[in-house]
Amino acid sequence: MSGAARLTREDAAYVARLARIDLDDAELDAFAGQLASVLEHAAEIARLDTDGVEPTAHPLPLRNVLRPDEIRPSVPRDEVLAAAPAVEDGRFRVPRILGEAP
Amino acid sequence: MGGNDHIDAADLAGSRPAPAADLAARIRAGERSARTETEERLRGLERVDPELRAFVTVLADEALAAADEIDRRVAAGEDPGPLAGVPVALKDNMCTRGVLTTCSSRILANWRPPYDATVVERLRSAGAVVIGKTNLDEFAMGSSTENSAFGPTRNPYDTDRVPGGSSGGSAAAVAAGMVPLALGSDTGGSIRQPAALCGVVGLKPTYGTVSRYGLVAFASSLDQIGPFATTVADAALLFDAIGGEDPMDSTCLDRPAPRSVATLADGVSGCRVGLVRELLEGADPAVERAVRGAAEALASAGALIEEIAIPEVKHALPAYYVIAPAEASSNLARYDGVRYGLRVDAPDVESMNAATRAAGFGAEVKRRIMLGTYALSAGYYDAYYGQAQKVRTLIIRAFDSAYQQFDVLLGATTPTTAFTLGSKTQDPWAMYLSDVFSVPSNLAGHPAVSVPFGTDDAGLPIGVQVLAPALAEPVLLRVAAAVEDAAPPIGMPRVSVAAGAARPAGPAGPAGPAGREEARP
Amino acid sequence: MSAGVSSPPPAGVPEGWEAVIGLEVHCELKTRTKLFCGCPNSFGDEPNTNVCPVCLGLPGSLPVLNAQAVELAMRIGLALQCEVRPSVFHRKNYFYPDMPKDYQVSQYDEPINVDGHLDLPDGSRVGIVRAHMEEDTGKTTHVGGGGRIHGAAHSLVDYNRAGVPLVEIVSAPDIRSPQQARIYAAELRAILVATEASDGRMEEGSMRVDANVSVRRAGDTELGTRCEIKNLNSLRSLARAIEHEIGRQIDVVEAGDKVEQQTRHWDEEAQKTVPLRSKEEAFDYRYFPEPDLVPVAPDPGWQQQVAASLPPLPAERRATLVAALGGTVSAAQEDQIATVVELGLDALVTAAAEAGVPANLALARTANEAAADVDGARGVEVASYVALLTMEHDGKLSATQAKAVLGDLLREGGDPAEIAGRLGFEALEEGSLAGTVADVVAANPGEWERYRAGEDKLAQFFIGQVMKATSGKANGKAVVAELQRLRG
Repeated sequence: MSGAARLTREDAAYVARLARIDLDDAELDAFAGQLASVLEHAAEIARLDTDGVEPTAHPLPLRNVLRPDEIRPSVPRDEVLAAAPAVEDGRFRVPRILGEAP
Repeated sequence: MGGNDHIDAADLAGSRPAPAADLAARIRAGERSARTETEERLRGLERVDPELRAFVTVLADEALAAADEIDRRVAAGEDPGPLAGVPVALKDNMCTRGVLTTCSSRILANWRPPYDATVVERLRSAGAVVIGKTNLDEFAMGSSTENSAFGPTRNPYDTDRVPGGSSGGSAAAVAAGMVPLALGSDTGGSIRQPAALCGVVGLKPTYGTVSRYGLVAFASSLDQIGPFATTVADAALLFDAIGGEDPMDSTCLDRPAPRSVATLADGVSGCRVGLVRELLEGADPAVERAVRGAAEALASAGALIEEIAIPEVKHALPAYYVIAPAEASSNLARYDGVRYGLRVDAPDVESMNAATRAAGFGAEVKRRIMLGTYALSAGYYDAYYGQAQKVRTLIIRAFDSAYQQFDVLLGATTPTTAFTLGSKTQDPWAMYLSDVFSVPSNLAGHPAVSVPFGTDDAGLPIGVQVLAPALAEPVLLRVAAAVEDAAPPIGMPRVSVAAGAARPAGPAGPAGPAGREEARP
Repeated sequence: MSAGVSSPPPAGVPEGWEAVIGLEVHCELKTRTKLFCGCPNSFGDEPNTNVCPVCLGLPGSLPVLNAQAVELAMRIGLALQCEVRPSVFHRKNYFYPDMPKDYQVSQYDEPINVDGHLDLPDGSRVGIVRAHMEEDTGKTTHVGGGGRIHGAAHSLVDYNRAGVPLVEIVSAPDIRSPQQARIYAAELRAILVATEASDGRMEEGSMRVDANVSVRRAGDTELGTRCEIKNLNSLRSLARAIEHEIGRQIDVVEAGDKVEQQTRHWDEEAQKTVPLRSKEEAFDYRYFPEPDLVPVAPDPGWQQQVAASLPPLPAERRATLVAALGGTVSAAQEDQIATVVELGLDALVTAAAEAGVPANLALARTANEAAADVDGARGVEVASYVALLTMEHDGKLSATQAKAVLGDLLREGGDPAEIAGRLGFEALEEGSLAGTVADVVAANPGEWERYRAGEDKLAQFFIGQVMKATSGKANGKAVVAELQRLRG
């Protein structure tokens, strides 16, 4: 991928938005440069001939790992909510949501 | 700081801990009390750790209560298990019910899980005494433990140098004699590399032999929990205690983990050992000398040594630095300020998420999230993630064919000995190169162990790496034991200790023992 | 029909246009526990009481797949004539507060069920592209701003629903009218209920339908730009929303504009679709294989076992009723049959018919009275239900009385004869009916002669007289039968 090395601030900004991390312009520039350099190394493998090679998503050949449909104890609500930054009416409270769910 | 002394860590700790196997045997036999052992380790920890900062949280009261319970059971004629009364440290990315589990991140600095990791349950049922949680590179991302929100851990052999990472806290704690055993996690070398740099034994077991339930995920298809110890036998003992199937982890093998303790002393006569050229390439001369020395020692013990080239191994590092960040970018999405952990207030949820993550994550974590997000994003998936997964297949095939010829493979654990703090923090790829010899085993899911084998001219420990095919831990550790038998002795670490260091560290160093049961801010 | 002349468009689609519709149906599976953990899969509990480290996405937690969810997903697939395939879970990455891990575990390019179809009662066939497994999200309540997301002051999240197993059934774009969409959704719901995979309640959200709608001029082969419509909470709103959207898109095209690819929301109050977001804000989901799970590849043995355990499906059950009614049915009866099958009450009809009750009577009572109290009808003892219809058929209860007894029977259960007694419906003895008829005949000799001569409509006169004499307790059919017996 020759495009990798030309990672722009705009590319970095798009990625930061996807990853939902606030970054200022200086940070975006720094990350754009560092990502480009790492991606340049990653691009070494882009040149390898992998035609017909199956991807490995997982090192184990396991299949069909299933559990029986049996109820196990839930965690008490107080314990769950105790960790939350904000709570109201037994629910997790968040500031207003701008976007609709997909 | 005036009035500093250099003292052997062993002296500080009262004595270097006995090997865990001996210790457990004596405690089970009622010859030593678990409380005495725990108290001694806690005292040593309080003296040494303000300088090393291996611990994020020390669980003194809990440990003493657990030790008393072990003593009570022994007195009652019960057998508390193979690790009876043995103090153990946990890398702080393993969940402990009601006890801070920070991942050395600001985003989880105050998080107390409502559950125990499976390995924690296994340790308890084996009779081990959990003495504290150790420092790491934030979310296990790093090779030096400098990426910790609570400050770096220092190498016991030279406190100006890093202990390696990401499990640097666990490695340093064992090396300095604070505990005989510790658990770490290894995604790309995070057990073996710090073990090498700290002069201890570190084992990354076969993927799927130790449950990951309760291990805070970095890269799910690579992460594996494993032991640190001062001897191969102790590492085997701890591995035997924590391994095996777990219905809470779908990726855990549905059978008992291979057991290694019984066959450790069986020798290596006739064992076929491949010395991998690529696992020496670019290594410091002292490191290469050590590996060749280990090979010769194995040969004189009866093993058959041959050099082998596995060119695919060189593709492991770039493939790793696509796959691991990609999985991490998704695994770390959940730290959004909604359900637990840090929240930075903002008028809407989207800004709150973004502000929280900006404030809560350190630079390296952000970098890897960005990298992984990019590698998975529309238009780049095939070129990066897809291609890296195919390269993963090529690496596995290359290992499979090597293991047609050899029982185990041999190489360096890491190209250099411990480097100085700050020397690689500005150049991510230079830091990533620290993992160049360790990531191939993670991609393949195979076991590998680092065994100390002498030092460089500066007296810094060197690690030799033994690799084996999946589930071949018994032969892996048998060979490791033979390497250990032939290894030149390493001196005890000497730790610089400020006069009166037994008291809690001052404000400049919000060290672990100061904040018992409290993470460093 | 000669070449070049197309058939008239179906209702809801204007002349000269064609609508192309595909439906995505999400249904919650009726498992005891969630998809990846042992928390109860239960609707309506106190918020955040059915949660654990796994479904809350706590650090360190890992998913383990529920075997029963796989089984129910297969049931759905096999009932829709799908091929069941080895499948892989992926992560669909996006941030949303109702999603504990900020990714959804779903099946992407390797779903468990592919390439099926659904034959509708109207004779049409709709292709099924896929039916895959995924986890549900939590539920968000908006505070302030009238409870809507826009204008709300803040929001509250309950994760009880997070991790509940879903199957998403994606149809091919084979649907051509609002009515066909409605029939498809109703038939699909009947199948979900019949296979006991889901309870198919749109109002409670256990079945959710999204519609993809586009229009093109009749005869065009290229597809128009589609819009996705969400928030369709009933079959009625499904049909209305599609009809409205077809009209809206045609207006856009006829005005010379282009339809914009959008997600739209059905506004039930305003009875129109409104834009939710445009394609520009499209998500980049960064799908990749979920590394915490392993592939699911149900072996042939398991598949055969599930296939063998499938109950008779709605189409087959409708055919059974048609056969019981003698092979041909009226349009009204067709509707009645569809109703009883969809509600799962057809067993009552067949049981009554087997006991000698005329099938048309059994069908009418079941589709009208029983269907009006579905819960009661599902719980009623079949023997009691059949006994009641038999009493009506035998003339021991009038139609009015039978309906009253049935109401009580569905509500409270019990013995129909006792209920009749309690309600004061002294069952007419056949002997006493015969006596009353004889009295009425004797009192009206002129009418009787004309009736004997073949003037059948006078039967109504005699029924009226008998009713008068019995205060309305007589059964009309029984009176006619007696008159015919006397006439010889």
